[in-house]
Amino acid sequence: MNTHAIRVIYKYEMLRAWDTLLQSFASPVVSTSLYFVVFGSAIGSRIQQVEGVPYGLFIVPGLVMLALLTHSISNASFGIFFPKFTGTIYEVMSAPISFIEILIGYVGAAATKSLIIGIVILATAGFFVPLEIAHPVWMAGFLILTCISFSLFGFIIGLWADNFEKLQLIPLLIITPLVFLGGSFYSISMLPPVWQTVTLFNPVVYLISGFRWSFFEVSDVSVGLSLFMVLAFLTVCLLIVWWMFKTGYRLKQ
Amino acid sequence: MQPIVSVSNLSKTYTNGHQALKNVSLDIAPGEILALLGPNGAGKTTLISIICGIVNASAGSVSVDGHDIVTGYRVTRGMIGLVPQELTLGAFDTVWNTLCFSRGLFGMKPDPAYLEQLLRDLSLWSRKNSTLMSLSGGMKRRVLIGKALSHEPTVLFLDEPTAGVDVELRKAMWALVRRLRDSGVTIILTTHYIEEAEAIADRVGVINNGELLLVDDKLALMHKLGKRQLIIELEEPVSQLPEMLTNRALELSNDGGKLTYTYDPHKSDTGISALLQAISEAGLQLKDLQTTQSTLEDIFVSLVKANEPLINSSCRRKPASNALKDMGSGIRRNDES
Ligand SMILES: Nc1ncnc2c1ncn2[C@@H]1O[C@H](COP(=O)(O)OP(=O)(O)O)[C@@H](O)[C@H]1O
Ligand SMILES: [Mg+2]
Repeated sequence: MNTHAIRVIYKYEMLRAWDTLLQSFASPVVSTSLYFVVFGSAIGSRIQQVEGVPYGLFIVPGLVMLALLTHSISNASFGIFFPKFTGTIYEVMSAPISFIEILIGYVGAAATKSLIIGIVILATAGFFVPLEIAHPVWMAGFLILTCISFSLFGFIIGLWADNFEKLQLIPLLIITPLVFLGGSFYSISMLPPVWQTVTLFNPVVYLISGFRWSFFEVSDVSVGLSLFMVLAFLTVCLLIVWWMFKTGYRLKQ
Repeated sequence: MQPIVSVSNLSKTYTNGHQALKNVSLDIAPGEILALLGPNGAGKTTLISIICGIVNASAGSVSVDGHDIVTGYRVTRGMIGLVPQELTLGAFDTVWNTLCFSRGLFGMKPDPAYLEQLLRDLSLWSRKNSTLMSLSGGMKRRVLIGKALSHEPTVLFLDEPTAGVDVELRKAMWALVRRLRDSGVTIILTTHYIEEAEAIADRVGVINNGELLLVDDKLALMHKLGKRQLIIELEEPVSQLPEMLTNRALELSNDGGKLTYTYDPHKSDTGISALLQAISEAGLQLKDLQTTQSTLEDIFVSLVKANEPLINSSCRRKPASNALKDMGSGIRRNDES
């Protein structure tokens, strides 16, 4: 195991966030605060409670997930896309390093950054609403698994994309809609029955539902199913990445 | 002696169908400087990229110090340093950080003392905290060399280290390459300047259109290929060569106004004095003298002619490419100096 290589890649990627500290960690705080002002106060004052949970509190897990998903994907995809774009990737490719080590370095760093962002958002939320977490271990588990699997997903996008448009395409056209329609700001049970069924095809629903359950013990689907879906997504991403490295996809001619 | 790098029957066809390497075999001896000489598009970068693990070969194999580059990639890549052709560097990293990164990437534990010495040798120590984007082109090239040497490789690939570099820097680069060789590093460099190969290589491989046309000791190659011509313009045209000049390597132009003498500039006696004397003894008046050196273009033409059955169709495809003009200019500069 080339641990030195993992260490320098990880450190490099973490330093990149440090250099843009404001953008990396302050912007989630600002946007979360805005969500609280708009959804929590303005709309929440009319909705009041969802499934017995005050609306301001109810949206916290969804907000965290929204940030985790977007940041995991953008961080990880950019981390691998940029060296590809500038050509500096040649060095990683010529180094005595296996795909698992590259993966641990890049995806590990992206996941760490997302995790920090998730914690920052939770702390910010604590200023607006009285946070209580029913199942802290489950909460942490969902948090970490989500960071890892979506960083992996971002890594795949970064490998796949050969221009900046493609890099933005999937987050913009697929992930953002899925998250917004995934029950971040409402309970699935608030939808008409037909849409409830349609929604079950949205993987993000399972994520948010499970994560929310670990806070309030209310969920749209069973928590076991949520966990299964997260692990299934992780496995699929791992398989895709493994195949990409095996074939040298978009890296080696 | 066991070769440090052994390339056998290597071929590469890119996904667009272009065949960049055709059955290349090559052994590189430990401690030598090998120059791969060839025009743009010859396949030099492709060959290096395969050995370093950046491009997959279509057929054939490469071993480094007896280890296969695919199955034994951890060993082989750890032994190799690569300075790429393009100045591919991050913009915001500092010189010091990028060297530390490279060293770690190649699995070596941090060694600030070694890296400091390396930066001093490359005259970069004073710039160790500069961001890469603030450096000049020459400095960037040296940073790339520093990165390639950061993990103390035994084999160093330099892909066109002096392309677009002024004469001064080029000389400095050659001195650096020699120093590295003296410290025991095997060096493979690519170039399209014949003078560069002549200046620093121990052996020269000539590559064109994906084929390794020949590999030979530099001196032998220069003797074989580096012919020079003396063109003698006569005051009065003659209809035929005087009797006493016929046994020399002389050619008379069609109009009878010019004599062309072909000689080997590397020989201690080029025969020029004797020739000039003979000419004046024959009673011919000289109007002007001029020497020309065979350019790489001429060399390729002669090599291609020699290998006609092997190469003909592929070589005809781009007869007057810019690459060849490029090479010509490299040679002419040599003549001036
Ligand atoms: N990724 C690629 N895809 C397709 N063709 C390529 C690729 N890289 C190089 N080539 C082609 O292969 C040939 C050899 O290229 P290269 O090895 O870069 O030559 P050199 O380094 O001698 O200039 C050229 O004709 C070039 O256009
Ligand atoms: Mg090249």
